[in-house]
Amino acid sequence: MSQPAALRPDTLLLEVRSLTTAFDAAAGPVVAVDDVSFSVRRGETLGLVGESGSGKSVAALSILRLVQPPGRVRRGAIFFKGRDLLALSEREMQQIRGAEIALVPQEPMTALNPVFTIGDQIEEALFVHGRATRAEARALAVELLAAVRMPEPAQRRRDYAHQLSGGMRQRALIAMALACRPSLVIADEPTTALDVTIQAQIIDLLLEMQRAHDLSLLLITHDLGVIAGAADRVAVMYAGRLVEIGPARDVFHAPLHPYTRGLLASIPGRTPGRLHAIEGSVPSPTARPPGCVFAPRCPDRMPQCDAAPPAPVAAGADREVRCYLHGPGGA
Amino acid sequence: MPLVEVRDLVKGYARPRRPWRTDAPVRAVDGVSFAIEEGETFGLVGESGSGKTTTARCMLRLVEPTSGQVLFRGEDVLACTARRLRELRRHMQIVFQDPYSSLNPRMRAGAIVEEPLIIHRVGTREGRRGRVAELFRTVGLDPAHLDRLPREFSGGERQRIGLARALALRPSFVIADEPVSALDVSIQAQVINLLADLQGQLGLTCLLVAHDLRLVEHACSRVAVMYRGRIVETAPTAALFARPHHPYTRALLSAVPVPDPDARRARVEFDAGAVNLTAPLREVGPEHSAAIP
Repeated sequence: MSQPAALRPDTLLLEVRSLTTAFDAAAGPVVAVDDVSFSVRRGETLGLVGESGSGKSVAALSILRLVQPPGRVRRGAIFFKGRDLLALSEREMQQIRGAEIALVPQEPMTALNPVFTIGDQIEEALFVHGRATRAEARALAVELLAAVRMPEPAQRRRDYAHQLSGGMRQRALIAMALACRPSLVIADEPTTALDVTIQAQIIDLLLEMQRAHDLSLLLITHDLGVIAGAADRVAVMYAGRLVEIGPARDVFHAPLHPYTRGLLASIPGRTPGRLHAIEGSVPSPTARPPGCVFAPRCPDRMPQCDAAPPAPVAAGADREVRCYLHGPGGA
Repeated sequence: MPLVEVRDLVKGYARPRRPWRTDAPVRAVDGVSFAIEEGETFGLVGESGSGKTTTARCMLRLVEPTSGQVLFRGEDVLACTARRLRELRRHMQIVFQDPYSSLNPRMRAGAIVEEPLIIHRVGTREGRRGRVAELFRTVGLDPAHLDRLPREFSGGERQRIGLARALALRPSFVIADEPVSALDVSIQAQVINLLADLQGQLGLTCLLVAHDLRLVEHACSRVAVMYRGRIVETAPTAALFARPHHPYTRALLSAVPVPDPDARRARVEFDAGAVNLTAPLREVGPEHSAAIP
């Protein structure tokens, strides 16, 4: 794990500012990502953790500008190497997707095209971005498959997705993501569909690739165990908002937001006896409370929590939290 | 006498016929034996395809096993008549994995919970209505929501409906097949606590089928690890986590993600080719057996 560099802006690779993404529905917009800001530094792994419906995947798709209508980014800016991705033309964006920012998707079966070999699909990335001729791409594909430790890479290059196991497919997708040597890889629940022993191998592989190629990794998952083993910093999302961000060690050992605290306490095995449960359930995106989104389930609820959402408050070195417990705040 | 005992259970699935080949059937469950004592929670863990769910389903004859015995209070469930099986099922119930597909989307929640009572002709219409409301309260649901459809409930609430349905007939044995794997972390804890509470209050005996070792460690007194249709290790939970003997168990335990950035456990690699799949279980410690040569 690399120690985060100083907070100079030139160490920032990606900076997301006040991102708001909503889906237009008949009854009004459904806000999936609500005023979310975070950054990814060069060479670090940022873990983005949240439960289903927290908006973490929509945030990732927003960065790649892959949110499909009726969804759209309504507000905010996404700076990548100093350029605002939201201001680019679709053509310019295509040159960034896959080449500069690559995605390792969640479901390795549906993410691969069933009628092309995995070699075809890796080679396509290289060819489309003008990184290699067809013949060169073929050799590179085998090298990439070998790099992700696919057994017998030359043979596997000619295989179709259905001929590979889930773990192999995920290796193929990682090879594809790395093909054009991107500087940022977004891995969206890369191990959710896999068994625990395979999950461990894939996470180890991602981290190894990150170190080998000096990548930045945005690792999106609901599994705090995966995050703890992999991330330098952690951002916690709940019901569309980012509630806490900070170095992994601080967030896990001394969580500031009551939601983060509750989430950590609800993991079996951390404390003996009864599990700590967060009462209630996640509010529906169409019926979020006017104040802090976590207030209805919060054990530390105060009157101001229901009035207005708290603003982000700096809390110690390199940490931020959106909670009235840690400062006056008020948005 | 254990409440439930499984002896040498086998479930084979025939492979597609090929005129020029005579393939042996795939053994999804291959000679599984274990016993569950009254009042305990027994854990069955393994990865997808290990045969744990098939084992659970065979125990209730939701899937007909190929051979073996399942003894409930000493009576063989697999040998009994259809009429007797129906009676036995009052005492043996199951909570399914997916609360989204295991509830009929067109039935009201109250009717879903009442259905087992109707099938087993328990009580009068009025009596059943009272019992359903009581079950709703038992699992932490509001009886005012009896007339709602499953889609009007959250995932955690749907799993509570599934649990209420399983408890309706006051069973003594409940199989929970991955009861929380479809739920969010913060909701999982609610359902696990509820299961533990109900087990204490109602004196239930449980079989918890799960892939999540953290969950099994928390909830079970004894555990069996399945790999490729066989039990490769079984022990009291604490002993299994402290001193795993089988290479597969070791790999599995070392792969469990630990929610602590400072905990860096050495990963134990697992070489599937090097495992002796025919080694019988043998005693390696008190109540602790492993399938190692």
